[in-house]
Amino acid sequence: MAQVLLNGLFVGSFYALVALGYSMVYGIIKLLNFAHGDLYMLGAYIGFVVLTGIPGAAEVASVPALLVLVMIAMLTTGLFGVAIERVAYRPLRWAPRLSVLITAVGMSFTLEYGIRQIFGASPKAYPLRISGGLVSVLGAQISVAQISLMLVAALLMAVLAFYVNRTREGRAMRAIALDSRASTLMGIDVNRTISRVFFVGSALAGAAGVMAGAFYGSIDFMMGFSIGLKAFTAAVIGGIGNLYGAMLGGLTLGLLEAVGTAWVGGEWRDVFSFACLILFLTFRPTGLLGARVVERM
Amino acid sequence: MSLTIPAREPDGVLVPPNRHTAPPAPPFSWRSDRAGLSVLGVGVFVAVLLVPFISASPYLISILTSAMIYVMLALGLNVVVGYAGLLDLGYIAFFAVGAYTSGILTTKFGFTMVAAIPVTIAACILAGIVIGGPTLRLRSDYLAIVTLGFGEIIRITANNLDITGGPSGIHGIPTWAFFGWDFSKGLSIGGVFFNSKIVFYYFVAVVVVVLGVIGISRLSRGKMGRAWKAVRDDEDAAEAMGINTYFTKITAYIIGAVWAGLAGQLMAAHLSAISPNSFQFLYSALILMAVVLGGMGSTPGVIIGALFVSLAPEFLREFSDWRYLLFGVLLVVTMIFRPKGIWPATSAFPWSRDKRLGTGPKPVEQGLDPRDVADLEAAEDGAGRRDHHDH
Repeated sequence: MAQVLLNGLFVGSFYALVALGYSMVYGIIKLLNFAHGDLYMLGAYIGFVVLTGIPGAAEVASVPALLVLVMIAMLTTGLFGVAIERVAYRPLRWAPRLSVLITAVGMSFTLEYGIRQIFGASPKAYPLRISGGLVSVLGAQISVAQISLMLVAALLMAVLAFYVNRTREGRAMRAIALDSRASTLMGIDVNRTISRVFFVGSALAGAAGVMAGAFYGSIDFMMGFSIGLKAFTAAVIGGIGNLYGAMLGGLTLGLLEAVGTAWVGGEWRDVFSFACLILFLTFRPTGLLGARVVERM
Repeated sequence: MSLTIPAREPDGVLVPPNRHTAPPAPPFSWRSDRAGLSVLGVGVFVAVLLVPFISASPYLISILTSAMIYVMLALGLNVVVGYAGLLDLGYIAFFAVGAYTSGILTTKFGFTMVAAIPVTIAACILAGIVIGGPTLRLRSDYLAIVTLGFGEIIRITANNLDITGGPSGIHGIPTWAFFGWDFSKGLSIGGVFFNSKIVFYYFVAVVVVVLGVIGISRLSRGKMGRAWKAVRDDEDAAEAMGINTYFTKITAYIIGAVWAGLAGQLMAAHLSAISPNSFQFLYSALILMAVVLGGMGSTPGVIIGALFVSLAPEFLREFSDWRYLLFGVLLVVTMIFRPKGIWPATSAFPWSRDKRLGTGPKPVEQGLDPRDVADLEAAEDGAGRRDHHDH
């Protein structure tokens, strides 16, 4: 059982990283960035390009090397996120929700099949594999790689929490999420802040993508689809728009999935997590930590 | 000082304001937009029926049959997305329900294709209620993801169950047969002998699609169709006008589900084999593209969109690898520069007598407070970019 829970926490930390971006973007402009899962895929491919492009980079299979790689991927994916917002979402910021959602679906398609045109449809073997011995925790086996990836994820989340809660830019984000009109009156540059949110959210997804590539050893152009759905589920479970909710939701979904898989069998894993999503949305649409939101009016 | 007198018909009968009173139908005119569409529709129908008499190569007939199935799907999704304004990203689930229901009934329970139709329709209504029931109370953007989740659930379930044949699916689905006469026997019409079974699938598909087009256009003009559009334009105002918005949305869902289910049965008979791979999210997205590119809420538009999405890869073979990328880019570009699609729902023929007056109220459901818009726009660039999305 401890083994199941540990695996759940490990997968959950990936979900949490991706869910954070989903949740932040939703919190600030009420947009479900459907292409968010594909930014995770993009991050993995950027890591792949860096590793194959720089000779000898793949041989340095250590955690510090991985950290540098994660940094590069975060920066590039973040810039992609900002560009996507600028090109596809900003012109539609005042359009009906349906239009923006459809645009997001189109953006997701563009990213997926753009990557397929460049790298081909077959999965790519990741040049960097992090390995390490197994450690025994509470009778369960966990690898050093898993522990270090979870630590990196936790570190990123801690930095994000500090950024949003303690800095000037973070305060601007929270202000816009509360009332964008009043924020403008207070002299906050709304467009720049939204770009920042997209940068941070996309960078986190990119980091998760690189780490997943290095851990699982194989990437393909559709890898973002399923995790995008799972991350949304995680964001909803935690309470969408809520930072700690996304973290909690990611870990909860990871645990639920691990227990559910052990219970109903691996082939029903996705059915189980989507059923969780539907149940949560039906009975507690505000999630575990979400505040009650008054709709329109 | 003026006096308001109740409206009187010429013969002096007082017409009380009654909710059962339909809006007065305009007198028929050949110059009306509706007549133009009818003439166009009949013309296209005759042309489509004549195609096998001109060229009946199996390849041509096969891609045209697939195109008909896409048209049927796009018509159904248009009810959900175009008329009722609900984004359904798992629409292919209903297609799967129809295909699997008819496939299982005909191969395992000895039903004929015709006898399976009522059961398919019933299964789709049930699926519409099961999927729509819990989700339609949600806000629009949650709905999109939940339907996507449902689509995946249906596909994975079909992949895992024994009765659906698992990953390899169902094979040997029989052809259409009417009153003991089997399509595999062939028939000669007007001196042209059709021995290829595939031509008959085409004729059945054409007939079903034509009935589908007529049914949807009549539904959309009726009371229910007006309720769908009212809910789409402003849910709160519609509710205040006495429309049961939840029921209205469910009916849109069910109509969409039935159309997709019939399309699924057409496909099961056409290909004689189905497998879970035919029901991936990709196809939900393709049908959505057909609806969006063609014009949401516009029947001629979505037919053009469906033909484009299904036939473009066939005619542009060398670009077929690029099609999904192209469709994705087109989707974004369409939403930014031409959100009403190729053939907007509010368009009229140039000679039409119907000068459409207003194009409906501006949508109020927005990410930010609409009042912010004017302020921000004025503050930022002073340019009136709002007319981008006047509906």
